[in-house]
Amino acid sequence: MNGAKVELRGLRRNFSGTAALDGLDLTIESGELIALLGPSGCGKTTALRCVAGFEQPDEGAVLVDGKDITRVPANKRDAGMVFQSYSLFPNLNVRDNVAFGLRVRKVPATKRHARAQELLELIGLPHIGGRFPHQLSGGQQQRVALARALALEPRVLLLDEPLSALDAKVRVSLREEIRRLQLSLGITTIFVTHDQEEALSMADRVAVLRAGRLEQVADPATLYDRPATPFVAEFVGTMNRVPGRIEGDQVAVLGQTLPVDGDLPGTPDVDVLIRPEAVLLTPDSEADGMVLVSSFRGSTAQLRVQLGDIEVLADVPGHDSVRLAPGTRVRVKLVERPVLVSASSGATTPATAPVPEHDVV
Amino acid sequence: MTAPSAVRTASASGGGRTKSKSWLATVPLLAFVILIFGVPLVIILGGTFKREGAFSAANITESLQGAYLTALLGSVKLSALVAVVGALLGTFLAQAVVTSRFRLLREAVLTASGVLSNFGGIPLAFAWIATLGNSGVITKALGLDSAGWSLYNFWGLALVYLYFSIPLMVVVVVPALDGLRPQWREAAQNNGANTWQFWRHVGIPVLTPTLLGGVVLLFGGAFAAYATAAAMVGGTVPLVTLQIANALSGNVLIGHENVALALSLDMIIIAGLVMAVYLPLQRRSARWLR
Repeated sequence: MNGAKVELRGLRRNFSGTAALDGLDLTIESGELIALLGPSGCGKTTALRCVAGFEQPDEGAVLVDGKDITRVPANKRDAGMVFQSYSLFPNLNVRDNVAFGLRVRKVPATKRHARAQELLELIGLPHIGGRFPHQLSGGQQQRVALARALALEPRVLLLDEPLSALDAKVRVSLREEIRRLQLSLGITTIFVTHDQEEALSMADRVAVLRAGRLEQVADPATLYDRPATPFVAEFVGTMNRVPGRIEGDQVAVLGQTLPVDGDLPGTPDVDVLIRPEAVLLTPDSEADGMVLVSSFRGSTAQLRVQLGDIEVLADVPGHDSVRLAPGTRVRVKLVERPVLVSASSGATTPATAPVPEHDVV
Repeated sequence: MTAPSAVRTASASGGGRTKSKSWLATVPLLAFVILIFGVPLVIILGGTFKREGAFSAANITESLQGAYLTALLGSVKLSALVAVVGALLGTFLAQAVVTSRFRLLREAVLTASGVLSNFGGIPLAFAWIATLGNSGVITKALGLDSAGWSLYNFWGLALVYLYFSIPLMVVVVVPALDGLRPQWREAAQNNGANTWQFWRHVGIPVLTPTLLGGVVLLFGGAFAAYATAAAMVGGTVPLVTLQIANALSGNVLIGHENVALALSLDMIIIAGLVMAVYLPLQRRSARWLR
């Protein structure tokens, strides 16, 4: 099976005055797994539904291998889709669910049952063919939905937040399995998610959407290390916003001078965006920083540090959390590397939600 | 219909809960049923097989002959027609309302259905007589009487019965239609199915338990209806409920009073036969729910 190349060209879609897609351009290479990531309402699901044929763009085109399929009805498209949840036909058992597309195509029963069995083995559930959907766990249901989506050997696989209704452990194992299957089948896959961890861990490339437009598309490492815009920087991973001042083509922040990555805003007073793992802490009873809260996460611990009238988050190795207990005075140093800056928002708090009190070690 | 699985797991897992006193809450209802349903049943059974003080099957035999048989068959025919046509039209109406984008239309139709499904008896007959009877407003306005129109026959009665049966079907089937998830239709499309194939393989099978229940409900409603028919057609359309009323009011040969009881027993048996067909069908169509 060979994946198809999918191109979205200038997609626009309005829902009663609100633009869900506002000129979205994106090319997905053959055999690639691309994640569409963004906050709710950013248009990622609408884009996926345009590829599936459930949504018609007001403007723009969807091309598969260079062929315009924008006006092709959904049931004539060569794309399998896995929905968020509860999409299995409740009146059909697992085997008939998987073989549904073959039945519609009038494939003889013995042949389609053999194919269904083959797919059930592929997803690691060879013994559940006779069960009905309500007798399956959420994870099993989504595996079966995946088998059904693959039954007709489509050249494009569309995944609409297929893991969001599952519990954490199943989510991780299933996403690894989806990736393994996708790689072995070489099927072009578009994966919609609002979970950045999911996107970063599975995708060849991640496309970050905002208000119906493409903010950045890049491989996960680039997206994390070199975010193109402050929005991407803050949406992907955790970010500190620390006040700084532009000096030439560098920025002064927390007593250090760092090179600036990307565009310089017009004003000299800026917010400097710094990842928690780029904040280094050393215990020092003379220093003016103080650990307020420590939240242990196993291999790492995230500390909230008071520094004058601002607070910053710092990620440290988990075993360091003992000597950096709340109340400890610390010296703060930033890793020397280019940083993103954005016009000052006036806020001095970290970009993430506050650490809950009960996390204190 | 959907309850058994839940009930079974509850009783299997919650051993302590089965000893609760919650069954006490059902006592008033059960006592009421035994009194108002059980006692008459015993009287019917006792009376049916008695003529002139002696045990006899004569009443049953008589109730299955001549005018009585015609009335029985007339009732079955009318009820079956109303049940099938009412279920079909009610389902189409419900589907139209459920898929409509006008919230107000949906509310209006559902409210009207709730009211009309309980419309019956003399007031219903009067409403139709005043509108489409021999001297009805519309009959006169459109000159229907000269065109041979009459409300007072089998088809007229069917029309009037449909007037409360269709809304009843709407009330029954709307929740089931609301339960059809949009993902199922999209998943079917995604697998290459057209609209008809979706309904054939998924939509209708999922709705079947509800549709069957609706048909039986409509059949029962039409089968047992009396006052509307009595007010509209009197004796011109043979119906078993009209015959029972006739017999009860003494309009029978001396010594044949218990024929009314035999006719009632016939009705119970027909209802039982309907259930005997319905229950296995229901079980078969709902097996994916267990």
